[in-house]
Parts: sequence; C-alpha cells; structure tokens
Amino acid sequence: MRYAMAIDTKKCVGCSDCVVACQTENEVPIGYCRDWIVEVTDGTYPELELEIRSERCNHCDNSPCVRCCPTGASHYSDGGSVLVTHNKCIGCGACVSSCPYDARYSHPKGYVDKCTFCNHRVKKGQQPACVSVCPTRCMYFGDLEDPNSEVSKIMKLRKYKTLAPEAGTKPQVFYLI
Amino acid sequence: MKTNRRDFIKISSAGVAVAAITPPLVKWASASAKSNSEISEDGLRRTPTYCEVCFWKCAGWVYTDENNNIKKIIGHEDDPHCNGRLCPRGTGGVGMYSDEDRLKKPMIRTNVRGKQEFKEVSWDEALDYVAEKMQKIKRKYGPECVALFNHGTGGKQFSHMLNAYGSANVSAPSYGQCRGPREVGFVGTFGESIGSPEPCDIRDTKCLVLIGSHLGENMHNGPVQEMAEAIDRGASIITVDPRFSTAASKSKFWLPIKPATDNALLLAWIHVLIYEGWFDKEFVEKYTYGFEDLKKHVKNMTPEWAYGITTIKPDVIRKTAKEMFNASPSVIIHPGRHATWYGDDTQRSRLMAMLNALLGSWGQRGGFYKPEKVKVPSFPHPDYPKPTKSWRDAFPDKYKLAGLALSNAMCEATIPTVERECSFRAWIVYGTNLIKTLPDRKTTLKAIQSLDLIVVIDTMPAEITGYADVIFPECTYLERYDFVRASQHRDPYLALRMPAVPPKYDSKPGWWIAKELGLKLGLEEYFKYESIEEVLDWQLKEAGSSLEEMKKLGVKKYDRKYDDLFFTEGLPEMIFNTPTGKIELYSNQFAAAGYDPLPNYTKHMEPPQGFYRLIYGRAPMHTFGRTANNENLTDLMDENSCWINPRVANEWGLKNDQYIWLKNQDDVVSTFPIKVRVTERIRWDSIYMVHGFGHNNKKMTRAHGKGASDSELITRVIVDPIMGGTGMRGNFVTFLVNDPKKEVVS
Repeated sequence: MRYAMAIDTKKCVGCSDCVVACQTENEVPIGYCRDWIVEVTDGTYPELELEIRSERCNHCDNSPCVRCCPTGASHYSDGGSVLVTHNKCIGCGACVSSCPYDARYSHPKGYVDKCTFCNHRVKKGQQPACVSVCPTRCMYFGDLEDPNSEVSKIMKLRKYKTLAPEAGTKPQVFYLI
Repeated sequence: MKTNRRDFIKISSAGVAVAAITPPLVKWASASAKSNSEISEDGLRRTPTYCEVCFWKCAGWVYTDENNNIKKIIGHEDDPHCNGRLCPRGTGGVGMYSDEDRLKKPMIRTNVRGKQEFKEVSWDEALDYVAEKMQKIKRKYGPECVALFNHGTGGKQFSHMLNAYGSANVSAPSYGQCRGPREVGFVGTFGESIGSPEPCDIRDTKCLVLIGSHLGENMHNGPVQEMAEAIDRGASIITVDPRFSTAASKSKFWLPIKPATDNALLLAWIHVLIYEGWFDKEFVEKYTYGFEDLKKHVKNMTPEWAYGITTIKPDVIRKTAKEMFNASPSVIIHPGRHATWYGDDTQRSRLMAMLNALLGSWGQRGGFYKPEKVKVPSFPHPDYPKPTKSWRDAFPDKYKLAGLALSNAMCEATIPTVERECSFRAWIVYGTNLIKTLPDRKTTLKAIQSLDLIVVIDTMPAEITGYADVIFPECTYLERYDFVRASQHRDPYLALRMPAVPPKYDSKPGWWIAKELGLKLGLEEYFKYESIEEVLDWQLKEAGSSLEEMKKLGVKKYDRKYDDLFFTEGLPEMIFNTPTGKIELYSNQFAAAGYDPLPNYTKHMEPPQGFYRLIYGRAPMHTFGRTANNENLTDLMDENSCWINPRVANEWGLKNDQYIWLKNQDDVVSTFPIKVRVTERIRWDSIYMVHGFGHNNKKMTRAHGKGASDSELITRVIVDPIMGGTGMRGNFVTFLVNDPKKEVVS
C-alpha cells in the first residue's frame, strides 16, 4: 500500500477551503497551517500563465525529516505516510529545517506538527478532510499500488509533476498539469 | 415590470400553466431515503443548517460535541447548492459564532451619531425605545417614512414587520448596488429575470463566456464546482477581464479588455455572429423580435471598429465568436452577478442576453435551464395596510424600469429637500453595512444625520453600528431558525436552518426581534404565533413536509412539476413574458420609456495622467466586509493588496509589500494604507483590490485598519438611468507613498 495524493492544478481555484477544513478537522491553532495555497504566475502581460497549487507535506519515500529526527518521533507509518509521534517529539526543529517543502511547523504545545494525510479519517475509510471538502474536486487521494484507486486512475490519464524533484525526496504528492 | 422568476410558458400546455404562481407541491421525493441519523459516528450531534456567510446559502450539517462546542460544518450531500462541499467561508463559518467582538447586548446611543458611545440596555428597553419612536414617526409623517435596508435571510422577518406597520419601502443593496442591471437587462430581453442561483447549465456547457465575472475568486459554490466539472469535460472558457483572474487562467481565451468598453466588444461579437451567419437561424426566427433592426444597428460595429475601443484584436474577436458559435447551443454568455459598473449596465446585460438569444442557448443543455422552486406560502396574516407613499415618488421620471427598490435612491430620498413632502425619518438596517455597501459615502452620512431614528440589527459591529441609535444584537445563523430556503434550481429543494447551539451572550434571532418589535407596535394580528417553529411547521406542512421531517433530512428534494428543464423536442411553441411575446432584440418598451431600444456603446471617462482605474473584486475566503473579522478567514487573508502592473510600479518606484495610500479623483485619500502587489496580471491603466477591507470600526479588533477600503474611494457614481443602479467603476486613483496624515503635520 502506498498512499498518495494528486492535485489538479487545472481545476484548483485557490479558494483555501482545504486549509480551513484541515484547520478545523485537525484543530490546528489559528495562525498555523498544515496545508496552504501557492500561486505562481509566469510570463509577461498579456501572455500569462498561472498555476495554483494546494501544498502540504509530500509524505516522501525518502524523507529527510525522518532521517534527521533524533528521537524517532518522525516515522513512516502505514501506507508510507510520514507521521510525528507527538509525545516522542522534543521540538528540536531539525525536521523543520530539513524539509525542502517547509511543510512542518512548531506547534505552540511544543511538538512539531504537519499533514498526516488525515490518517484518523483514512482508517475509517474516509477521505482526508481537504479532499472531502474541495469544491472543485481537484484533489485525489488513495493507494498508488491499487490500480483502481482514484489517484492511480487519474495519474494514468494525466501528466503530472512533483515539487523539488532535485531534492531526491521522492514526494508522494503529485500535481496534475 | 415583473421581476419574479416566471416559468417558460408553453402554448401547448396553455391555460393553467400560464399562471405564474405554482400551487404548493405535495409530491414526495424519492431521494433522501437514506437515514440521516442525528448522531454521527464520532459521537457528534449534527444539526441541519444553511450557510449565511454569503448569499449562496449552501445547506450543511453543523457538528457539535456534548458540551455544545461546534466542531465543524460540512456541506449537505443532497444539496444542489454545494453537493456536500462548502467553500472556505462555509467551512470557516464557525468563526462568526466564536467571534469575541460580536454584538452582545442591546444598546442605545448616548452621544452623537458616529461617536461610538452606547449604554447596554435590556431587550425590553431597547424595543420600547424603537417602538415609541416609530409610533411618533407614524403619527407625524406616516409609516411610509420608515425604510428597511436588508441583506440576508432574516431580512424577511423585518420586511413583514414593516409591511404590517404600513411601509413597503424595503430595499436590499444587492439590487441597486449589485445584480439589478442584470435582471432588468434579461427581463427586457427574455421577459425573465435571472435570479439566484443563476440557471446556467455550466457543468454541461461547451463554452462558458465570462464578462468580467471572476468565478473562482467570487466563490459562488455551485458555479465554481460546475466550472471545474466543465474543465474536466473539455469545455472552453472565454474570459473578458482587464485582470488575469483565476478564471482567465483557466481560459482558452483571455481578452484583457480596456475597462469600460465591454459594450463595444459585445456589439462587435453580435456583428460577427450576424454577418458571418454564425447564429441559430431557427431559434432566432421562431423566438426573437427585431432581428433586422439589430442587424442594421450593428452593421458598422465591426471587430476593426471595436479594436480601436477595446484593444482586443479583430481576429481574436472573430475567433472567439466562432468558438461560441461552434459550441452553440451549449454556450453560456454568463449574466454575471455584480453588474453595477459604468452606468450603462442594463444595456450591457441586454447585449449579453442578446448573444445568448442569437446562439440559441436559452432552454438548452449546456446553456440556460428552466429552474423550479418549491412554493412555500406565507403564514396567514391579515392584509397589510396599503401604503400611500413610496420611495419612487421622490424620483418621478427616473429609473422607470427598476424592478425592485433601490437602496441608493432610498438613501438619497432621506435627505430633506424643499419640494419633497416627506423624506425618510427612520432606517432599520438589517445585516448590511451601508457605510461601505453604498458608494458616495458623503451622501450616506448626510442622510444618516437627518434621521430621527436608525436601528441596526446585526451580529457584528461595523461602520454602520457606529451610527445606530439602537443596536439589536442578532445571534448568528448557527444559533437560530430562519425561514426555509426554497430557492430555484434544476430540481426544487427545501433546506432547513435550525439552531445548532443556543444563542451566545444576550443575542436573539431575527424572527424574535421582529416579532417583539411588532408586538410593541400593536401589530399582534400579524404575529399570531408563539415561536417560529410553529410558522415553519405550518409552512412545511403546506409544502408537503413538516418541521420534524426537515429536522431529520435537512434538505428535501421535490419532483419537478414541469418536465422541461430544457426544451426537449426541438424548439417548442413558446410565448415569452415580454410585450411582444418574443425574445426582444429590439425593445419597444425601452423606446417608450425613453431609453435606447437597441444598446449602444457609450464612451466613458478615462483616467487622467498619473491616475489608474479602480477595479475591485472578491477573494474566495471573504464575503464583502462581513467576514473581515472572522478569525478562521482572516487567518487565510487578513488584508487586501493593490495590484499594480510592473510598468506602473517601475514608473512610481513601488516595490512589492510596500504600503501606500490611494487618492482618488476627488482628493479622497484611503484612511488606511494598502500593500503593493506588483503583478503582470493587471493592465497598466488599472489597479485592482479586493473589496471589504480597511474597516475603521475599532470594535472589530482583527479587521480594524487592515488593508484599504475600495468603497471609500468610490465617490463618483455613474447611475444607470434605466434602473438606478450605481455604477462604481468610474473612479480613478493615484498613489501616495508617504503617510498623508504625517505630511499635514510637517
């Protein structure tokens, strides 16, 4: 099993519903977030392109954050998701600096926090909160090893890319382009 | 002129079907059979609601824990407004409830208007105070001298109260300051207004044309979802906008038009469609009136002519016209929503309607469908007293085709003049921050200062509450019942809003406030119920449901009464609700009223040297200014920015994230500075900012002083002579890099 997410940049309007849904679902304190919106404009007026992306932890196969964690709080979980065991985390922040995606933040309660692919929901057979609310249905989540999963199906049909592939982290969040 | 949504009328089903009023529908829905248990698997209780953060009113479930904490709000899976998915504002709607800056107690002013000095009083005292003043006004000037300005669901409670009291002067800024011209333009052409949600079949369209409409940034949930679906299905989008909007970035064609020249483009498109023969000949012949007049009218309005005006290249105009024709009749020239731009807005809407007529998209899949709604009768009450005066009396020869009351006109009619017998003496303001909603703030403030009474009912303090004599704190939509939502859609639906949690502080639901005030005014006959639950249950039973059932379902689907969502077999025999019974390309009605029967391009004022046209719009996480203090949403966006083209920024030496002040053509300077956003996504003759920021009521602790207010810079208003809408895009601003207040000191 390999959990992954594919996000369609052609449909995303950058409304940030994924951000609010994540904050309420995961009780992320105001002022922090586990996912966020990036808009990249290319070209000069009037020949322009705009890419809008909902970004989060990439749950990398080769995660620098897991490697550098001194206590083992950051670890690989079921389906390859990268998680942080809060009571093992000493809040040193090594993982925060090691992440090329800036996906982690130090929670005011003293531990480091980030996207979990909503594993508490996924276990119950639900979609991650961000995926479940997205008005444009631009996010696909599922098991890459299952050829019939939503995410496998859409990735067969579409071109995609990952962020900062040069970092060699093997991200598992894919952007449909 | 009728503004009610009216069904397509078929000659074949003549007689009964001609009646605009549909009897209560009693058919039971087959859907929604699955049980909606009140306790979810997380042990949370769920309560049905429909959102009030914007006017889209998506239905949802509010999840609360055993301590009455709201944990989350999730879209209702059966609701066609949201299809189970709320937008960020709906998801973050809990921030309206939890906001510690909320209005908490009834208050009465203790100092002059505008000075925020109030004393907290009991509900009884506040209601008595208002009722007494209203009775005095009634005796002295007549009940018609009390006006209601309202926005949102609860407004109906107050219009009932005011109608019973004797005034029909009820307006919503959503007409004169927003969608009014669109409705008049479409009624003048198709005999049908657009209404809400717009009956556009976006999900099935092959070509969506957006004239300045920034779907995606204006997060109208349903259409945004459908636009995404249409993208999936390979639809092409054509966006006309001086700014590279989110929608423009999803478009096959982006036409970066010179602002204020839309009519020239629309006329040139019509020219191309007609003279190239790229129109639906059968549809036009069968249904339209005045085609030859239109043909003659646009004869010289070629793409080359329009190029000089719009800066859109002739071949692009032709190509996009062809794109529309190839997709027809599955094409939508979208009517938009906020249409009060340049004062010729009704005519622009007419042109948009005409394009749809030429392309035959009315009544077609992928074009416009025929919506239906459930008829919910009013709770029985005696007839309202007949008012003898109306706001219209103040404008005998103006705005002849206004279908609804104009907030701006009512505001203007408040300022006493020698010739007017009576001006408004009291305002009841429900759910709208008139100071920011109405353009031309000077007039609004002048009007306010001449009032005997101003009552504000809201959940949050805003600029307008600073001018109130009495403030009634309403509880949020999460804490109250309201009338059921029975809006038009592909299928008729009802949605219930009920309290998920008890009202916080000393706030009360709108229905209670209106009723109690009504009772104090001696209008018992109009409020013969203990609570709104009684009213809702009666209404719902009349409509074939019950309060008990709706509490479980939240949303209920009904079968369509008419089976023609689209024209089914070819083009049926039809009469349209216009004087000629046809779709009016040429309008005798407009001509008779003294307006152009065929729309023209009017040249508008251009920004002087060193000034840029002020264009404003929306961000998906905010609704006007009403969300500006919502902590869940300010967390996403807490201030607006001023979009400036790099060429302009360079000329002025402006850098990203630098704070500047804006000064308009009338020397009005923004109270607060705004952050510069240097971007290629805007033309060099315009700047753009998101509406709803720059609040200057300190009681909104998160919103105060964040960003700049576009509305305070909108001092030149170009009023649409046809229906009185306030064109607000004729304002020009320049930049001040230093704090103007400091400059005065030195």
